[in-house]
Amino acid sequence: MKKIAFMLGWMVVPVVLADLHAATVDDLLAQYQRDGAGPFRAEQGQALLNQVNGSGSASEGNSCAACHTTDPRGAGKHVKTGKVIEPLAPAVNRDRLQDADKVEKWFVRNCKGTLGRVCTSQEKGDFLTFLTTLK
Amino acid sequence: MNKMQKRVGIGLLVLSLGGGLVLGVSASDREKNEGKPRADVAPVQNTLYSTECGACHFAYQPGLLPARSWEKLLTGLGEHFGENAEVSPATLTALREYLTGNAADRVDHGRSRKINASILDGEKPIRVTETGYFQKEHRELSPHMREKNSKIGSLSRCEACHTQAAQGSFHEHEVRMPGEGR
Ligand code: HEC
Ligand code: HEC
Repeated sequence: MKKIAFMLGWMVVPVVLADLHAATVDDLLAQYQRDGAGPFRAEQGQALLNQVNGSGSASEGNSCAACHTTDPRGAGKHVKTGKVIEPLAPAVNRDRLQDADKVEKWFVRNCKGTLGRVCTSQEKGDFLTFLTTLK
Repeated sequence: MNKMQKRVGIGLLVLSLGGGLVLGVSASDREKNEGKPRADVAPVQNTLYSTECGACHFAYQPGLLPARSWEKLLTGLGEHFGENAEVSPATLTALREYLTGNAADRVDHGRSRKINASILDGEKPIRVTETGYFQKEHRELSPHMREKNSKIGSLSRCEACHTQAAQGSFHEHEVRMPGEGR
């Protein structure tokens, strides 16, 4: 029975992918809550995207939006290398937020590069909430 | 075993097979590519590398710098040209093996040998664009051409001009300058 459900699931690939990112984000949010963070607010996540930081390295731009633009539904561009960065919002880019390790890796890199420190569980939760509520 | 470790495991497997493959490929290259110019440097065929090191920019082929340069670059990923490019220890080991094993001073591709020959023994440049060979080949288009053409941000963006860069081919006749017709 489980097997059939599994196979049917794969036939409806978009649904499976949507579930995958939802499950990944749910797990991450639950983990942040165990760290004492929450509740999470999309507006705070959006504020983080646009926040201009004094201490980040100039090469990365000093805001997340410098590379990702102010709208995660559109593609961005690395300020220094010019490489196109596909949209972050899972609503338009199904490849996003499917792998918790990958999400955490880029939080580490880009928070350090942009803010000069790691992000808090609260900030990460707010940001993921923002991305997943975009339609 | 988490996902990361699994991926690294696969990466290592690919790497260990890779050693044999690379030898095989370079031996059969000549016959297969008859008529076509042989790739200047070996193309990247390592998914771990193209994922980890091709995320922010063109995945520079290992044959573009000697092993000692890659060693130096890999020890400073926390401060990588002003950015954080940290990887897990297991990933680092796999990347080191791939990069140094296929470095400019370890393979026999023509362009790799020339790049290597243009670097003094004690030097460990961590930019391809700083090597003598690169600078010699690009002397003519710097800096006045770059000033004229705002689309060329940096010479580090190989793929912006070399249409076959991802295949490891940098021939002059494949160059298309951004913002200029041909
Ligand atoms: C977080 C983004 C990021 C990641 C990940 C990253 N790099 Fe870079 N890398 C950069 C930036 C930014 C530059 C500077 C580009 C410039 O000056 O135009 C750079 C430059 C380089 C250069 C010098 C290019 C030249 O000749 O001018 C090399 C070589 C390089 N990176 C190799 C690597 C390797 C190997 C990895 C994987 C271990 C890696 N990079 C991962 C951002 C990154
Ligand atoms: C702004 C455009 C541009 C960028 C960016 C660029 N190149 Fe080039 N490259 C050229 C041009 C034009 C030539 C031919 C120069 C000449 O012969 O005067 C060339 C020549 C070369 C050659 C010699 C080709 C031959 O047939 O002899 C090599 C090798 C090469 N480039 C490698 C690279 C690598 C590696 C990078 C990235 C680190 C790079 N280039 C970035 C424009 C560019």
